[in-house]
Amino acid sequence: MEGIVYTTVSEVSGPLMIVDGIEGVGYGEVVKITTSEGEKRLGQVLEVGRGRAVVQVFEGTRGLDTKGTQVQFTGKPMQLGVTADLLGRIFDGVGNPLDGSPAPIPEDMRDVNGQPINPSAREYPRDPIQTGISTIDGMNTLVRGQKLPIFSGSGLPHNTIAAQIARQAKVRGQENFAVVFCAMGITAEEADFFMQDFEETGAIERSVLFLNLADDPAIERLIAPKMALTAAEYMAYDRGMHVLVILTDMTNYAEALREIAAAREEVPGRRGYPGYMYTDLAQIYERAGRIMGREGSITQIPILTMPDDDITHPIPDLTGYITEGQIVLSRELQNKGIYPPIAVLPALSRLMAEGIGEGRTRADHHQLSNQLYSAYAEGMDLRDLVAVVGEEALTERDRQYLAFADAFEDRFVRQGNEEDRSFEETLTLGWELLSTLPKEELKKIDEKYIETYYPK
Amino acid sequence: MPKKKEGQIFNVAGPVVKATNMKGAKMYDLVRVGEEGLVGEIIELKEDTATIQVYEDTTGLQPGDRVVNTGMPLAVELAPGLITSIYDGIQRPLPDIMEQSGDFIARGVEAPAVDRKKKWKFTPAVTENDTVRGGDILGTVEETPVVEHRVMVPPDVKEAVVREVRQGDFTVEETIAVLEVDGHKREVAMLQRWPVRVGRPLKEKLPPTVPLINGQRVFDTFFPMAKGGTAAIPGGFGTGKTVSQHQLARWSDADIIIYIGCGERGNEMTEVLRDFPELKDPRTGQPLMNRTILIANTSNMPVAAREASVYTGITLAEYYRDMGYDVALMADSTSRWAEALREISGRLEEMPGEEGYPAYLASRLAGFYERAGRAKIICSNHREGSVSIIGAVSPPGGDFSEPVTQNTLRIVKVFWALDSDLADRRHFPSINWLRSYSLYLDRVKRWWHDEVGEDWLELRNRAMALLQREDELQEIIRLVGPDALPPSDKAVMEGARIIREDFLQQNAYHEIDTFCPAPKQYHMLRIMLRYYDLISGLASPTFDFEKVKGLQCRVTIGRLATVPNEEWEKRFKEIEKQMEEEIKTLEGA
Repeated sequence: MEGIVYTTVSEVSGPLMIVDGIEGVGYGEVVKITTSEGEKRLGQVLEVGRGRAVVQVFEGTRGLDTKGTQVQFTGKPMQLGVTADLLGRIFDGVGNPLDGSPAPIPEDMRDVNGQPINPSAREYPRDPIQTGISTIDGMNTLVRGQKLPIFSGSGLPHNTIAAQIARQAKVRGQENFAVVFCAMGITAEEADFFMQDFEETGAIERSVLFLNLADDPAIERLIAPKMALTAAEYMAYDRGMHVLVILTDMTNYAEALREIAAAREEVPGRRGYPGYMYTDLAQIYERAGRIMGREGSITQIPILTMPDDDITHPIPDLTGYITEGQIVLSRELQNKGIYPPIAVLPALSRLMAEGIGEGRTRADHHQLSNQLYSAYAEGMDLRDLVAVVGEEALTERDRQYLAFADAFEDRFVRQGNEEDRSFEETLTLGWELLSTLPKEELKKIDEKYIETYYPK
Repeated sequence: MPKKKEGQIFNVAGPVVKATNMKGAKMYDLVRVGEEGLVGEIIELKEDTATIQVYEDTTGLQPGDRVVNTGMPLAVELAPGLITSIYDGIQRPLPDIMEQSGDFIARGVEAPAVDRKKKWKFTPAVTENDTVRGGDILGTVEETPVVEHRVMVPPDVKEAVVREVRQGDFTVEETIAVLEVDGHKREVAMLQRWPVRVGRPLKEKLPPTVPLINGQRVFDTFFPMAKGGTAAIPGGFGTGKTVSQHQLARWSDADIIIYIGCGERGNEMTEVLRDFPELKDPRTGQPLMNRTILIANTSNMPVAAREASVYTGITLAEYYRDMGYDVALMADSTSRWAEALREISGRLEEMPGEEGYPAYLASRLAGFYERAGRAKIICSNHREGSVSIIGAVSPPGGDFSEPVTQNTLRIVKVFWALDSDLADRRHFPSINWLRSYSLYLDRVKRWWHDEVGEDWLELRNRAMALLQREDELQEIIRLVGPDALPPSDKAVMEGARIIREDFLQQNAYHEIDTFCPAPKQYHMLRIMLRYYDLISGLASPTFDFEKVKGLQCRVTIGRLATVPNEEWEKRFKEIEKQMEEEIKTLEGA
């Protein structure tokens, strides 16, 4: 199909371009664009009618004109050349190398849009990943093949946490591990932070980076995560690797989606985001998982900044409906100087129940985590009460719970950026904290575990 | 057979394709689009142009590609072999798709909904020269060890004479009977079709009077669902919608379960697929899969097929209802279905209603829920069946004022309100007892009183009143602290606490607690209210209420739920006796 060059651009508006007089163009195919100045760009067909195509231009429409712009339809959907040599490389949002080396020679070309995994082919995720962070491992265990986002806010250290997870994440006894990192609209400084961190720890050799920075065209953000996930799928399902995909920042992705929708004058849904945002986000998040009979897995940690810390905003809200839980960062803990400021109460890992316990982490894990959770929740309630009635009105038992909540934040939640706690260390720490409460209060834990683990 | 006509595509935008030269096409006709023959459905006609929603990814379609009209509406196949299947939104079996296209779902895959080669042992229920009409049972097939598939005379037959009926092993397409209808011979096979957007006819709707027992205390005892009823379970993410739906699908005492995963997570469907063949139905001892049909159209699968999936599900449900079964259908989540409507509507550039949803959202929701009900089936003798619908709703931001929740609540009779505060406290199932309601309480009262205990409704209402009173007292405590309450109010707080923590909460992951039989629920509540009566009897103004907190029976009541289901009757009696004796000792002191 390649060959015909059209110069019939009739309209350029926002991120979109309309080409007339075309023939044999398919929905969704990739478009090569050459500006009057000879600069090359990529686009994708968003709508095709008789003799007319609407094209979204990934690298921005600046410099495009209706006269000299040349357009070539490739007849193919957006593709990524995949090979094991992707590891250790850095690309931009549409897959061009950024590290100065030539593009790796592809072993195969893959459609970046991917295809849905057949639910019958999925394997239920059950292998816990040790991230070394107590609030995650102990209370919201991450499981291989899970999608667990970090709900953050501007100014909170989500990047540091993500880097720490990428550095420390391990499944016991398994080494075949890779990181795919996809940046969407983050600043050069933030990107540098990740690259430096990856380089210093040697993680770069088992990583692929796709970077779309804040000053790169917004539309490119729509394709970057698909590139990243295509690379991840190749490594997981063709190469049998366990891939951790970090997507940051999904809020910028959603903004780009809204931009396109507005440019196409679509009917807006909530807060101006398009009505299909749920489906669109699902097409990214649902690419996490495991497949029966295949070695590898894709675990996703999407990061998003909640506008104004509002968890009901459409971006975190729709994400939460698709992902298997969420890690929520708290400004209050951050202000108390606690790192990582992970708010334990609203955080959740839906796949935890089956990923922990005997033979996976430890038999008492489930009950211990429930008990810690409920004791901390009670302590938090009492803090509210104290604010109203004063500490004098409290009973001795209440005071113990208040003290527990403080200690929990100070010792369990707080840990160093370099501190890598094993499951055992996390669980032992949990028992130590619970030992400040009388044994009778531990209602969620069976006698036998109390006997074994309650510090004497 | 209508002549197959060909039109041409002239516009493609996402799942919506427009084609010209489609004269003669009817609304909701099924079409094949492009060279790969993607499945689509006509949703708008203007002169000779048709707007088509395509059930598969449309990437690569070009103007000029052909569109073939099948002349038939989107229909489901009805025959033995449905039970234990897992389908996508348009009834293609996912395991067959996997065989053809591998671990990922490719486009244009064709797979018949029921196995064409498998032979079923057909046992006739009629003899030659019998007069029959639509809905009469021609014969039966053992579909699974717990489901007898009743092959019926097609509903369009008014009156017919059986000219021949065969016995033996047949495939679903082979003739099992020959009927004479209006002087013409008509061969009948087990395989029949029914268009999904048309409800199957019935003789008469009946009021639902029997509860749909599902072993979940907060549902069964507090906000009961009825067989043939409708219920909605709305909740923000993380409130346990899906766990609740799974629990209902597992333990509901319906004959057939149809579970629609509509635009939800892939791993959740995998969990059902993995668990249901292993979990045993407490009533029959058979794997749950033997009475279940799964429809999985996960969030990343094509959006138009998501729209179709609920209709596919409800049509299968009606078919089994017509056989005389109680069918329960769970749709998780109806919000994703509504969003599919919104997406398609947006592509059609229709005038949007509230929050971008089409103006016909309310009527579509109503049309779907109205297909539920207990009914007298059309047939020569008397037969009853029911379809119960339980729809999950996923309101954005957990805000129940949004259009899908509101329009759903106008129709359904049971409202199970999930509450994120309760979920944050790990109170599961996180059903808010003060906001939820069931309009079936009076209808199912008779059943409970006859089968379980004649003061059931009274106990339930007393417990509700106690919880309501607790809520009022909470306000006071917030102002003055708990110690300022008089002992009688402290007794209320204690009684309500026991009900909240030990009755309403239920652990879906606990081997025993996951299913609580109805009589056990009744006696748990009875013992708890007895406990409350005893301690409030103690609570004179001078009584030191701290003493109650030392009672051993508080702990044993807390463990009532996990007393094994085989021995609870005996153990409950002992526990009750111990409780009464222990509290008496406080009286003495």
